[in-house]
Amino acid sequence: MKFAKALSCATILAACTFGTASAADLTIGFSQIGSESGWRAAETTLTKQEAEKRGIDLKFADAQQKQENQIKALRSFIAQGVDAILIAPVVATGWDEVLTEAKDAEIPVILLDRTVDSKDDLYLTAVTSDLVHEGSVAGKWLVDATAGKACNVVELQGTTGSSPAIDRKKGFEEALKGNDNLKIIRSQTGDFTRTKGKEVMESFLKAEDGGKNICALYAHNDDMAVGAIQAIKEAGLKPGTDILVVSIDAVPDIFQAMAAGEANATVELTPNMAGPALDALDAFLKDGKAPPKWIQTESKLYTQADDPAKVYEEKKGLGY
Amino acid sequence: MDSAKRLGRRLLPQFIALALILMLIWMVFPAFFSLAIQNGRLYGSLIDVLNRGAPVALLAVGMTVVIATKGIDLSVGAVMAICGAVAAASSVRGDPLVLTLVLAIGTGLLCGLWNGFLVSVLNIQPIIATLVLMVAGRGIAQLVTEGAILTFNDPGLIFIGSGAFAALPMPVIIWFVFGIAVAVLVRRTALSLLIESIGINRRASTLSGIRTPVLLMAAYMLSGLCAALAGLIVTADIRGADANNAGLWLELDAILAVVVGGTSLLGGRFSIIASLVGAMIIQAVNTGILLSGFPPEFNLIIKAAIIVIILVIQSPKIETAMTFFTARTKGVDKAEQQTR
Repeated sequence: MKFAKALSCATILAACTFGTASAADLTIGFSQIGSESGWRAAETTLTKQEAEKRGIDLKFADAQQKQENQIKALRSFIAQGVDAILIAPVVATGWDEVLTEAKDAEIPVILLDRTVDSKDDLYLTAVTSDLVHEGSVAGKWLVDATAGKACNVVELQGTTGSSPAIDRKKGFEEALKGNDNLKIIRSQTGDFTRTKGKEVMESFLKAEDGGKNICALYAHNDDMAVGAIQAIKEAGLKPGTDILVVSIDAVPDIFQAMAAGEANATVELTPNMAGPALDALDAFLKDGKAPPKWIQTESKLYTQADDPAKVYEEKKGLGY
Repeated sequence: MDSAKRLGRRLLPQFIALALILMLIWMVFPAFFSLAIQNGRLYGSLIDVLNRGAPVALLAVGMTVVIATKGIDLSVGAVMAICGAVAAASSVRGDPLVLTLVLAIGTGLLCGLWNGFLVSVLNIQPIIATLVLMVAGRGIAQLVTEGAILTFNDPGLIFIGSGAFAALPMPVIIWFVFGIAVAVLVRRTALSLLIESIGINRRASTLSGIRTPVLLMAAYMLSGLCAALAGLIVTADIRGADANNAGLWLELDAILAVVVGGTSLLGGRFSIIASLVGAMIIQAVNTGILLSGFPPEFNLIIKAAIIVIILVIQSPKIETAMTFFTARTKGVDKAEQQTR
């Protein structure tokens, strides 16, 4: 009973904070999943920045990984009559009811970074990256970098069975198809973590003649690559030269490694999903032009030629 | 001499299991036992097993003592994350290495004190008492690192994770020296007897004059200390504190190491050395799977199958059957001698 009271107090309090200030011309609610990773923290920072740049009053709600909190936040946004809602849905199912409520209130909803299983007329558009495409950008870079020379590739996969691991593997393999000089000789999971990335790379190096048999490393995320780079160094080889390193995500630490010549390329999973989303919303509100149901963010390739030290400084403050 | 013999007999099943696994890996990966000197240190898969097994080996030392008191410490993985985060934060702040280490180890001891307080003073069941810190610990660690991976460049701290002394990686030296020291300490004093008596019957021990609360507190603090050392090693190894992933699920591996080492979860008799061998068995399986080149989908299945086989070999039923078998053959020998 006491708990329920405390909870309702908290809800009222939350509603109060949502209700303050509405000087700007647009008011948009943003329901974020939580802050489970550095990338997510950067997404929150960038969304706030993008809104501020456009003079939008952004109402931010942190759901702490719980769908019921997101639904509550959405209902509160609808009650306040915001102009639009941005949401990074924590799960794919169970959104029909609250999305219908938003539709009835004529509030456009834009999905960020993840999609839902609801009918697509319930939301305006979804802004996400294409995981398969990310893998293939990394693969294409390696195809170009090796330029026909024979090259044995080792792969550090993400958590077994997770969709980024499956799709990034698929995209990479598609890009390598038809290039017989490139061969994936070992592929093992590093669970997306630095520690496992280092441990698995150590075993790859031992298994492949002290690493002499390996010409390139493809890691499904930068953290595993950072761990693997240390393993390569400790084995007495030069990462970036003896073994090429390409990975995905573009977190700040990989730019430090690239600046030191120890990593070669990374594909950005941009945390700026809000930029394209707000642009689409702007066009929609101005001339009523509905955007496509899926807006794919750019999977930008960064190499050592892109002044990694400067990019590191830019990314450092985003909360990764 | 007699005690060495007894220790040998106690450890026999564990050593047989370890030897079998090493042979198995050698069959799928012939270069497994090859060692070389590189950058002034030993280099090879066998060293990897010893090195990568360090966190679980350290955790297993504390876990063995806690389990011997009929307790369990589920919080060690989270405590690793907290201590690693504290060390990284202190290093980033520019503290001298000694202060960093004191802070990290102090944090571990404090976490242990908290667990011990809940168990011995408030009499909360160990599995629940330590669950509190297991759940809250990662949150605390994230507060310290502010949600990001906190990286540092202090060569002294990095040395703990990836440096080498006498051609051996530092983590190997740390767990070996620490494990043997604790084992000798408890075995050469009455401590082991007192710990076992608490595990067998806490009330009777208290009534017979043993200061149970103090000893229980000490057991959980030892576990916290072990977690702090393990946390320092994993953090120093990757030169950064990863609050989300450092020590994740390692409490289960540590408990498994103790069980594979033959210590009963019901408390009482224990062997720290056996738990250390148990930790090496688990790591040998992990490293072996990585070297074998099987697709990652099989990792957990292979690991589970091997562990099941080890546990079956060590089960009381099989043990009785074995004793019966050896006793009978011995009896036959004697009978033969007599007829001669």
